[in-house]
Amino acid sequence: MSIVNVGALPKTSEGSSLVDKWMVKAHFIAGISFFFLALLAGLVFSTQFLRNYLFPGIEVLSPGRIRMIHTNMAAYGFLANLFFGGLYWAVPRLTGERVWKRSVSIFLFWAWQTILVATFVGQMFGYAQGVEWAETPIFIDPVVVIGVLLMTVNFYVPILRTKEKPLYVSLWYFTAAFVWTGLVYIMGNYLPQFFAPGVAGAAIGGLFIHDLVGLFVTPLGWGMMYYFVPLILKKPIYSHALSLVGFWGLAFFYPLQGVHHFLWSPIPMFVQYGAVTSTIAVEIVVTTVIVNFFMTLKGNGSILKTNIPMRWFYTGMILYFTTCLQCAFQVTLTLQQIIHFTDWVVAHAHLVMLGVFGFWLLGVVTHLWPKVTGREWFSLRLNAWHYWLTAIGTVIMFGDLTIAGLVQGFSWRSLQIWEQSLTASMPFWMVRTFAGTMIVLGQMLWVYNLYRTAKNPKRLGSEVPMLNLEHELAPASMTNPTIAL
Amino acid sequence: MAKSPIERFSTVFLVAGLSFFLFSFVSSGLVPWLMMNKIPTQSLDDLAKHIPKSFYKLAADYPQEFKLYYGEPNAASFKEAISLGRDNYIAEACWHCHSQQIRPISNEPQRWGKVSTADEYQNVLQMPQMMGTRRVGPDLFRESERRSNDWQMAHLFKPTNVVPSSVMPEFPWFFSADKHPNKRGLAVVAYLQWLGSWAKDSTDEMIQSIPKDNRASIQ
Repeated sequence: MSIVNVGALPKTSEGSSLVDKWMVKAHFIAGISFFFLALLAGLVFSTQFLRNYLFPGIEVLSPGRIRMIHTNMAAYGFLANLFFGGLYWAVPRLTGERVWKRSVSIFLFWAWQTILVATFVGQMFGYAQGVEWAETPIFIDPVVVIGVLLMTVNFYVPILRTKEKPLYVSLWYFTAAFVWTGLVYIMGNYLPQFFAPGVAGAAIGGLFIHDLVGLFVTPLGWGMMYYFVPLILKKPIYSHALSLVGFWGLAFFYPLQGVHHFLWSPIPMFVQYGAVTSTIAVEIVVTTVIVNFFMTLKGNGSILKTNIPMRWFYTGMILYFTTCLQCAFQVTLTLQQIIHFTDWVVAHAHLVMLGVFGFWLLGVVTHLWPKVTGREWFSLRLNAWHYWLTAIGTVIMFGDLTIAGLVQGFSWRSLQIWEQSLTASMPFWMVRTFAGTMIVLGQMLWVYNLYRTAKNPKRLGSEVPMLNLEHELAPASMTNPTIAL
Repeated sequence: MAKSPIERFSTVFLVAGLSFFLFSFVSSGLVPWLMMNKIPTQSLDDLAKHIPKSFYKLAADYPQEFKLYYGEPNAASFKEAISLGRDNYIAEACWHCHSQQIRPISNEPQRWGKVSTADEYQNVLQMPQMMGTRRVGPDLFRESERRSNDWQMAHLFKPTNVVPSSVMPEFPWFFSADKHPNKRGLAVVAYLQWLGSWAKDSTDEMIQSIPKDNRASIQ
């Protein structure tokens, strides 16, 4: 396999007309705004655990409702918006074709933001749906389904029209992600609510929780990595065979794991065993993907010192490997006895949603922001601060809550009075709030930097034709090691 | 490059996208669903055939408020109260910090009673199911009559008044201005006191089997 299909993009299509930069920028701005909302909601919620809730006794700001805003805005506001932005950049460039219709893109942009606002306002006013990660009020669900369908068509058109065949790895992931997202959303939001009571609903709800990460976020995330990493490194992915193994292994094993969210429940044991087995199997697949990407990096490792987007990508990959390895162990019926229902799971969720996919998307935005605004970075130092504050904050939160989970699990098993597990958790919850503050602080610096960059009088240089791979690299100043920490 | 059927849109769409997903849905969603379908799903009317004693106590404990919002304690008012209670349980996301699932491990039966079974979830108030995935506070699947209605009310109004180390939020909007429970407050307590009332006898047996010295601290 030669360098990414980009090398063979049709010479006729000019970069500027191919990619709709307004769409990319709009989704980035929306995504980062909702990221802030999600982070602040999380931070505010964490103060409840310190018995010093910031807004006590106010119904619409009740901690339970704020928690749903935290998780839902993280998934559908932060990750989804930034993925859409990245797709509007990557898909036209990979296929050499525009997305279906600009009017549809613009309609979808505003529709999606309306859905998000309606979701968190609905949750604040008590209309949440009782399905984890699907707390979007029931009356908004049909709009989401229509939105996802339209988005699918919008991106399938260029993928179907492209003359670049066979499809590049990223496009396998994107193609599959869109089928899965629609099906998963319909399954999770409708079946447990209206058709499948109790235990069957739990099995399907487990599938939904897991598929939302595994079949919506993960394939879009890996699709982005297969696109941006070889471009920035200016060399092809190490092994095409491993790319094939990674994709098909993930496609087969990932959907089979959902029930592992309800182990030791009344769901039939053979279904639980199946979920455990395929979870351990997927770890082997994940290893092949990680090997593929680290072999690609081999010989160019020093780029991580200077190129912050690449640093986000590879940090995310290390954490991806961590979370998947962790998953292969925590999913066993033995460890589940202690860790289920504890903060261990909360730690795991933060590592996946923020530490892996969040980091990748922060890297994508950092990589693309100068290109979509056409401005030089205002400050590379702030980008480095953003990286370190966020990365250290996330790792502290992960380690802290993981240990807290063990403390809670053993406290419960030893039949101490319940409140003992709260008292024992208190120091960990304090550290969690501290780590969350670090993450919020990092984003504040970053947003300031993004704003100043957009207003920067220094232009990025003239519009370079898209086939020039130099243009895909970070601005020259970014490779200066003394500036980028 | 040779033709590569596996890297085509249609292959990815049909095999990875549709088929693998449907296979997973059938094997880990539909199969348990069809197995559970053998257990009849209880409607609200079915549930109202077993009104727990706590519900009559609720009407006696808060006679004015109960009369005002629900009238007489009967099947109709019971149905109304527990389904409104369940709705508020979801709206306040109680289920994000309280599970409704007792596992056969980790000494959970000793702490809470009978291990939860599939039939106990086969009813309309478990649509969507409320098993939960996190326990900040204790499991509630055997909460029925474990504590008095008054305790539940005081606890909902301001949890730290009753359990000083609690991290549970307060719910003053379940109460009227004069601090008497309103319709929602009565509904939530009716719901909490209903949870596990169907298995009360076996829970009591289980608790009796625990040595007396341990019992108080565990509950």
